[in-house]
Amino acid sequence: MSCWNPRAEEMSLEEIQRLQFKLLKTQVYRLYSFSEFYHKRMKEANVHPDDINSLEDIRKLPFMYKKDLRDNYPNRLFVGGQDELVRYHVSSGTTGKPTVVGYTQRDLDNWAESVARAMTSIGLGRHDTIQVSYGYGLFTGGLGAHYGAERIGATVIPASTGNTERQVELIKDLNVTAICCTPSYFLHIAETAEKMGISIEKDTKLRTAVLGAEPWTEKMRKRIKDSTGVNAYDIYGTSELSGPMFTECTEMNGMHIWGDIAYVEIIDPETGEPLGPGERGEMVITMLQKEALPIVRYKTGDITAYEDSPCPCGRNHLRIERLSGRVDDMLIIRGINVFPSQVEYTLMTIPELGEHFQIVVDRKGVLDTMMVRVELKPSAFSDKLSDLIKLKKNAEYVLKNSLNVAAEVELLEPGSLARFEGKAKRVVDNRRD
Amino acid sequence: MSCLIDQISVFVENRPGKLAAIAEVMEAQMVDFLAFSIAEADGFGLLRAVVSDPQSVVAVMKDLGYAVITNKVIAVKMKDQPGGLKEIANVLGTAQINVEYGYAYTKNDSAVLILRVDDAEKSVEVLKKAGFNLLEEENLKA
Ligand SMILES: [Zn+2]
Repeated sequence: MSCWNPRAEEMSLEEIQRLQFKLLKTQVYRLYSFSEFYHKRMKEANVHPDDINSLEDIRKLPFMYKKDLRDNYPNRLFVGGQDELVRYHVSSGTTGKPTVVGYTQRDLDNWAESVARAMTSIGLGRHDTIQVSYGYGLFTGGLGAHYGAERIGATVIPASTGNTERQVELIKDLNVTAICCTPSYFLHIAETAEKMGISIEKDTKLRTAVLGAEPWTEKMRKRIKDSTGVNAYDIYGTSELSGPMFTECTEMNGMHIWGDIAYVEIIDPETGEPLGPGERGEMVITMLQKEALPIVRYKTGDITAYEDSPCPCGRNHLRIERLSGRVDDMLIIRGINVFPSQVEYTLMTIPELGEHFQIVVDRKGVLDTMMVRVELKPSAFSDKLSDLIKLKKNAEYVLKNSLNVAAEVELLEPGSLARFEGKAKRVVDNRRD
Repeated sequence: MSCLIDQISVFVENRPGKLAAIAEVMEAQMVDFLAFSIAEADGFGLLRAVVSDPQSVVAVMKDLGYAVITNKVIAVKMKDQPGGLKEIANVLGTAQINVEYGYAYTKNDSAVLILRVDDAEKSVEVLKKAGFNLLEEENLKA
């Protein structure tokens, strides 16, 4: 494997965990001493830095929430003086106040280091020309990818978003080999190229795309590969962590989270209990080296699962699977956690059903009911009622099997559900009164 | 001339306004319904119809995103006497032909039975042999 930082990337799992414990201990002492917020939180949780004597002891520390960032707007969570700060980014909250994140020079270095390792792990290097088509500015995407790409010595085109025809021209004329952008913008660029009579596969050198900041799917990865010949890689990171930081390696089997940078826990979002490898739950992240805006046991709200077996690429840093939704989307039906993404995956296994669906939750008496309304695929339609009834029963059967809760399936005409730009509103919960 | 007639089948959600929407599409296409039936089950239905210009209706409906297909059916003119239906069933049964479904309509004061069978060509043959009058596509429209 080609590594950006062999010493860090070639560590064994044991070495990683030993280092993680050391970094955690240091960070906890630092925060207890210098962060008013963490000091207070730890006191409330009745935990002292001396109580942290193993990596698992991290569970004694209280969680940190998105709300904490908003409540402490703009910078009351920052540790260290103004002089240490070298940059702010600001993310616009979907509701109410924005959150402000700050960086010391070391924070920026670690961020770029993380992206540099990630880009190297998908085969990018000094020979590459990387077009960064994430928005530059207050959003972390543009600059995050930019500094990572510069660090590995690639040639960077800071294209930002917009003026898509020119983006296509640049890709062609400057022999761009890789692009960083959102999945939807990539599709838009591909469409625009096609309209301009430019085949990405035949007329350009673009072979790699690093896509993030929006949910996307394996299906899209395949579609991108088939239509443009481009290998698309998933990247993860939010502004609280620094920005986009972690990608899949060439194995495409999960995103490596560099253990010396972040410690990942997956928990049951309801009970807070830790979950094991392969079990889906909420990701809780601790940034082990962050200085200006410390992040300890931050509940990301993202649903994923981890895998800590060695990756065929040779790295032992654990991997998280593609995010499968948000905790806020989680439904509790008759006491069972149901994620709309699970419903989506399950429906995708039935070829007669389309990709558009809606979940309607209701309460009859004391019993929760779930109905999954899903569009029939026009091509799968037969003229027999019995086939349709069979299809409905089969969908109900597989849903019950994968969700552990019964769902009634309603077959809909193709196109009858509203289409959404971006995030689809999949759930109608009528239980709230 | 063929006695095999194109029937269109459309998947319809069983809720108010859905059928009307389809009727509107047909109307806009200046299509005449010659015969139709609605079969219902568990929250959805199937609209089956013999129309004057099935190919263009199917094309338009597909464009609009409907789940629609065409099937070959046969149209048998019922004898104006009791037991006509039973006799048809007997003829088909003896020939080991399964009837998937059927529906009737009235044309010029005589009843016509639309049948979807598992072997349409054979059905035409045995029914004709048994003296039944099968309509052709052309005389359906007339
Ligand atoms: Zn790997």
